[in-house]
Amino acid sequence: MAGIVGYGAFVPRNRIKAAEIAKQWGKDPKSIERGLLLKEKSVPGLDEDTITISVEAGRSAIERAGIDPNLIGALYIGSESHPYAVKPSGTIAIEALGIGPEVHVADFEFACKAGTEAMFVAYSLVEADKVEYAMGIGADTSQGAPNDALEFSASAGGAAYIFGKNNLLAEVLETYSYTSDTPDFWRREGEFYPRHGGRFTGEPAYFKHVTSATKGILDKTGYKPSDFRHVVLHMPNGKFPLSAGKRMGFKKEQLEVGWVVNKMGNTYSGSSPTGLAAILDIAKPDDLILITSFGSGAGSDSFILKATDLLPKRQGLAPTVRSMLDNPRRYLTYGEYAKYREKIILNTGA
Amino acid sequence: MREVAIVSAGMTPFGELWETSLRDLFVQAAREALENAQVSQIDGIYIGNMSGGQFVGQEHLGPLMADHLGMTGVPAARVESACASGGVALRTAFFEVASGASDLVLATGVEKMNDGADVTNVLATAADQETEVYHGVTFPGLYAMIAHAHMHAHGTTFEDLSAVSVKSHYHGARNPRAQFRMEVTLEQVMNSSMVAEPLRLLHCSPVTDGAAAVLLCPLERAAEFTDKPIKIRGSGLATGSLALADRPDPAFLDSVSLSTSRAFDMAGVSTADIDVAEVHDCFSIAELCVLEAMGFAKPGGAAELTQAGETKLGGKIPINTSGGLKSKGHPVGATGIAQAVEILEQLRGEAGKRQVKNATIGLAQNMGGSGASSVVHVFERV
Repeated sequence: MAGIVGYGAFVPRNRIKAAEIAKQWGKDPKSIERGLLLKEKSVPGLDEDTITISVEAGRSAIERAGIDPNLIGALYIGSESHPYAVKPSGTIAIEALGIGPEVHVADFEFACKAGTEAMFVAYSLVEADKVEYAMGIGADTSQGAPNDALEFSASAGGAAYIFGKNNLLAEVLETYSYTSDTPDFWRREGEFYPRHGGRFTGEPAYFKHVTSATKGILDKTGYKPSDFRHVVLHMPNGKFPLSAGKRMGFKKEQLEVGWVVNKMGNTYSGSSPTGLAAILDIAKPDDLILITSFGSGAGSDSFILKATDLLPKRQGLAPTVRSMLDNPRRYLTYGEYAKYREKIILNTGA
Repeated sequence: MREVAIVSAGMTPFGELWETSLRDLFVQAAREALENAQVSQIDGIYIGNMSGGQFVGQEHLGPLMADHLGMTGVPAARVESACASGGVALRTAFFEVASGASDLVLATGVEKMNDGADVTNVLATAADQETEVYHGVTFPGLYAMIAHAHMHAHGTTFEDLSAVSVKSHYHGARNPRAQFRMEVTLEQVMNSSMVAEPLRLLHCSPVTDGAAAVLLCPLERAAEFTDKPIKIRGSGLATGSLALADRPDPAFLDSVSLSTSRAFDMAGVSTADIDVAEVHDCFSIAELCVLEAMGFAKPGGAAELTQAGETKLGGKIPINTSGGLKSKGHPVGATGIAQAVEILEQLRGEAGKRQVKNATIGLAQNMGGSGASSVVHVFERV
């Protein structure tokens, strides 16, 4: 049986408060915080992008796995903000991590689901004995258009997972995917900001797929909501995952560790993978864990995992998600944020 | 002119109906009305719709809807008066039957608002483009100004406005077709998110998909289709200045007053005869202004009427037992017909938990824009 042999996450140190963004656009900070359950989000620095985040997370994963990176036979990065439209992020990551050249690399895209997608393929490759180890990464530095609701949540961060068959930190017990053609959110080639269908992104998109995938994996395995110690769902804002979780019969105690969004924002392809890393940071042996992602377009991937006796020994070998969210952070003004996110039109040329 | 009856109705649930298109909404409601009367041939269809064109790119609804209903060839046309489109469709159907030109006419209303359109901008086309919208105002803004004028002139309070919403939701919670079937507290209304000062989220009707249909025929033939027809006793339509700034008094809805007296004259009734009424509460303040313009209260007196509980089920004059536009929903073109459906059910004794005891004479008032058009119908149990 294949499972996770190493994991890591990275959230940039820059932050901006929801209240600061609200002030900029004349919105009431209390209404925003209450409506979206968001306090602050991470902001990538000028020298940070999906690749640097993937590398940081990947390094932590290798530390925790304690393996020679050269043994990693495949590396996949799922993102909706790959720095290039054509030129893989994964090739830079493998060089930086000391992996390859005998390695399979591919970049994945499926809105916010690309991270678990990369994890699913990496896991499946190992399960099929095609490679000894494979890494799946979900990372993003997504943009929200100025004065759009998404500006409060679109943030930066990611997590990396190395799958193998020995010395597992968490077993993968089952996977399940649910996909349909539901165009709730998209960005065309060449456009800087994504567009979305307003309230259409709710019931017909997020809730439909998250609940169907979760129900699917529970039906497939026979597990009940109460069997799980920890549950993490995709977090486009603070409200949706709590609402979906409650609807499916999960309790606050099951959802709270993975619910990292209110101080991190929505790291898109990194969202549920980072929430999962936060769970693995504190999980105890034999804890049953459920993760269900969501990507617009739309689809959800679910995994059921079980923590092993080895996990507690490896948790401390790299920075925890909580340390990145709670330790000293650097708060930006809206102007600095707009500069870092390249929302300000600069004069090019002399 | 001969007397006209409504013999059956059909109505979709109101809400965010992601899976149902404009044409499907129409067919659902129209089919239900036809099936309830066991009718398969009709002489005409009027479709109240504010803006199929801007919401979903679809104009020319007459032939489209007739065709999709399986009635290709039947005379059909769309009627428009912004949010009063449904009421005017009903009036148009009424006169066609009353005149003797047609026997069976479907008066319908439909709106599909949840399909990606910028709803605020589309609705703003019902205001004066040159003197109002050009300067950036939208409907919440216009009604907020009406609210300020009313509060200034009459001392109406923020709590008074909020009490209207509480009552609307109390009724809507009892309406299986309503968009919001939950009660709300005064605190929830007063603390909801700001929209346009003083109007907050829970003072404003929502964005809704839905359709409704009623079948009209000469009263003398009503028994062929139902043993519980209702009679349309009067219809009144009036226009007012489109721009709020052109009204003599922004806190008084002249078109409502005029349309009401015209309908009452034709019907031979006064406010004292009305047992139940559906009025156009696009924003809570609108309900107060309408009640005053209709004469149910003197100017400035509607707040007291509401706070005394007289407009709630069990009170002297239950208003918007359907939940009103606020709680039932407001698929713009469908609202006027949905109001008629509620009165039909009340007068037939079929309003379930919302039933007004012994309701005999009912009224529906449907309004366009910030009060630029108003159409009133008076109905009586036969």
